[in-house]
Amino acid sequence: MSAPGSVLSAVRPRRAPVRPEARRAAARTALLGTLLPVLAVLIWHWGIVFEWQLPFGIRMAFLPYPGDVALTLWDFAFGGIKNDAFSGELWIHLAASAGRVFSGFLIAAAIAVPLGILMGRYRAVNALFDPAINLLRPIPATAWVPLVLLIIGIGDQATLFLIALSAFFPIVLGAISGSRQVPQRLIEGAQMLGTSRAGVITKVVLPASAPAIVNGLRISLGLAWVVLVLGETVGVRVGLGATISLARDIVRTDLIVVGMICIGAAGFLSDRLLIWAFRLLSRGRPLIK
Amino acid sequence: MTLSSPTSVSSSTGRMADISVAGLAKHYDATDGSTVIAMTDVSLTVASGEFVAVVGASGCGKSTLLRILAGFERASAGTVLVGGVAVAGPSSDRGVVFQDYGLFPWLTTRENVAFGPRQRGVDRKAAAALSERFLHTVGLAMVADKYPGELSGGMQQRVAIARVLANNPALLLMDEPFGALDALTRSDLQIELRRIHRQTQTTVLFVTHSIEEAIFLADRVVVMTGGAAHGVPGHIRAIVPVHLPAERDVNSHEFNEIKREISAMVHEGVDYV
Ligand SMILES: Nc1ncnc2c1ncn2[C@@H]1O[C@H](COP(=O)(O)OP(=O)(O)OP(=O)(O)O)[C@@H](O)[C@H]1O
Ligand SMILES: [Mg+2]
Repeated sequence: MSAPGSVLSAVRPRRAPVRPEARRAAARTALLGTLLPVLAVLIWHWGIVFEWQLPFGIRMAFLPYPGDVALTLWDFAFGGIKNDAFSGELWIHLAASAGRVFSGFLIAAAIAVPLGILMGRYRAVNALFDPAINLLRPIPATAWVPLVLLIIGIGDQATLFLIALSAFFPIVLGAISGSRQVPQRLIEGAQMLGTSRAGVITKVVLPASAPAIVNGLRISLGLAWVVLVLGETVGVRVGLGATISLARDIVRTDLIVVGMICIGAAGFLSDRLLIWAFRLLSRGRPLIK
Repeated sequence: MTLSSPTSVSSSTGRMADISVAGLAKHYDATDGSTVIAMTDVSLTVASGEFVAVVGASGCGKSTLLRILAGFERASAGTVLVGGVAVAGPSSDRGVVFQDYGLFPWLTTRENVAFGPRQRGVDRKAAAALSERFLHTVGLAMVADKYPGELSGGMQQRVAIARVLANNPALLLMDEPFGALDALTRSDLQIELRRIHRQTQTTVLFVTHSIEEAIFLADRVVVMTGGAAHGVPGHIRAIVPVHLPAERDVNSHEFNEIKREISAMVHEGVDYV
């Protein structure tokens, strides 16, 4: 997974044709990349067999075997192995979780992108919102949970609220810094060509700060999946986070690990999806360096 | 390098773009709290359709004057009228060509040139036609679909000129537009600019470091001296008329006579040149 902060490299418009030596180099990179995961799985397996005790008080004996996890994962996705309450249910949980993540994320983006751009460009808007945002920002989502449970109640809306709230801050910060860094020359260029105030924002500031905004969006989307689990552990029945929570209640460590893997994969894929969507939207246009 | 055949360019005649600057002063609040007086008592009148160049040592306030005329900066004192109207902000009537081009990197050459007309409410088709025409004028029709990042400096500056011309401005403000270009490209663009000026009759204020360029292009040359670095605020030292034929020979005796005259004024009091 490429780290956030490298949007430009991730959205390079065209790829050069692949030469054989480049393909060999790519194969070597892939081989090196799989080395560590394979080793980790082996250690994981032997750790359980030999009941290792690791630092932090990790007792490997309590872990499920990697093989069991693989079976549970397959069963969770396609059924036909265990035929329990979780067989073939992955897609329902995934859809519910993804729905919450994307709704919360989109609500946050819809408010944070315009607000951040206006804060970056207009002193008065910044003066109005900056103190409030910086006071609220350090409060972690976990600290919000008790209050949210009391004022919203257990359920979907509480989860959505927590996701939208947490996703809001990185996006707004990205938009602020992006819109502040727009070269003055481009703004003057637009102005002397007869562009209105609103036009300067939509036609110049927005495209010029797109890379910074997308960085904020990527961080937020990752965070949305983190907060999802937090939200789903209280009072939600369907969802990957809810599955993990339920699996803990019935002491199914294999299912917990499966839930973790699914959330990780979903987070990874949604990041790819975001970049793909951005690439589609920008149609391979070169952005500001 | 070949220059495009002259394409007809719409004339700005009928719209007055005479410049009338009187008692202009500008000071900046420096970051350390002090006040920098960039220029004082600048008065200048330019007739509609005239080509005026501004020369002077670095820091004498050439860009400041141009940016105030463009509406990017406010005058601290004095009046600034263009076409008889006080300048109160940027406008598409006053096109600006920057030394560093200022093209939109995410728009193609074609889209960059169509940008101005689109912002002024010209419909998509008409804007595309205008873009096509002015790319032709500056000889860039074949790179219409390239992005600015894919063009050479000289080509980018042509695009910058084309995008301003597409707006049919009454006044063209140019701040060292050819400063970053090699001698050959520079000379090509000078000839092209002169041709465009003759066709459009647009008023031009052209800031340059090159005295030769100023004399080659302009009807009159404004010589500025002073500047914060010299302990005196920037001001106009003299305004030198260039009584030379339209086709100018930089090697002629008359040309060099004017060059010597201006050079002496620019360099007086500048000890580091
Ligand atoms: N934004 C600003 N803040 C403070 N001082 C400024 C600012 N802009 C210009 N100045 C000062 O005003 C004076 C004139 O600057 P200006 O850019 O107009 O000079 P110039 O003649 O264009 O010089 P150059 O030939 O180097 O481009 C300089 O002393 C400069 O330091
Ligand atoms: Mg300057």
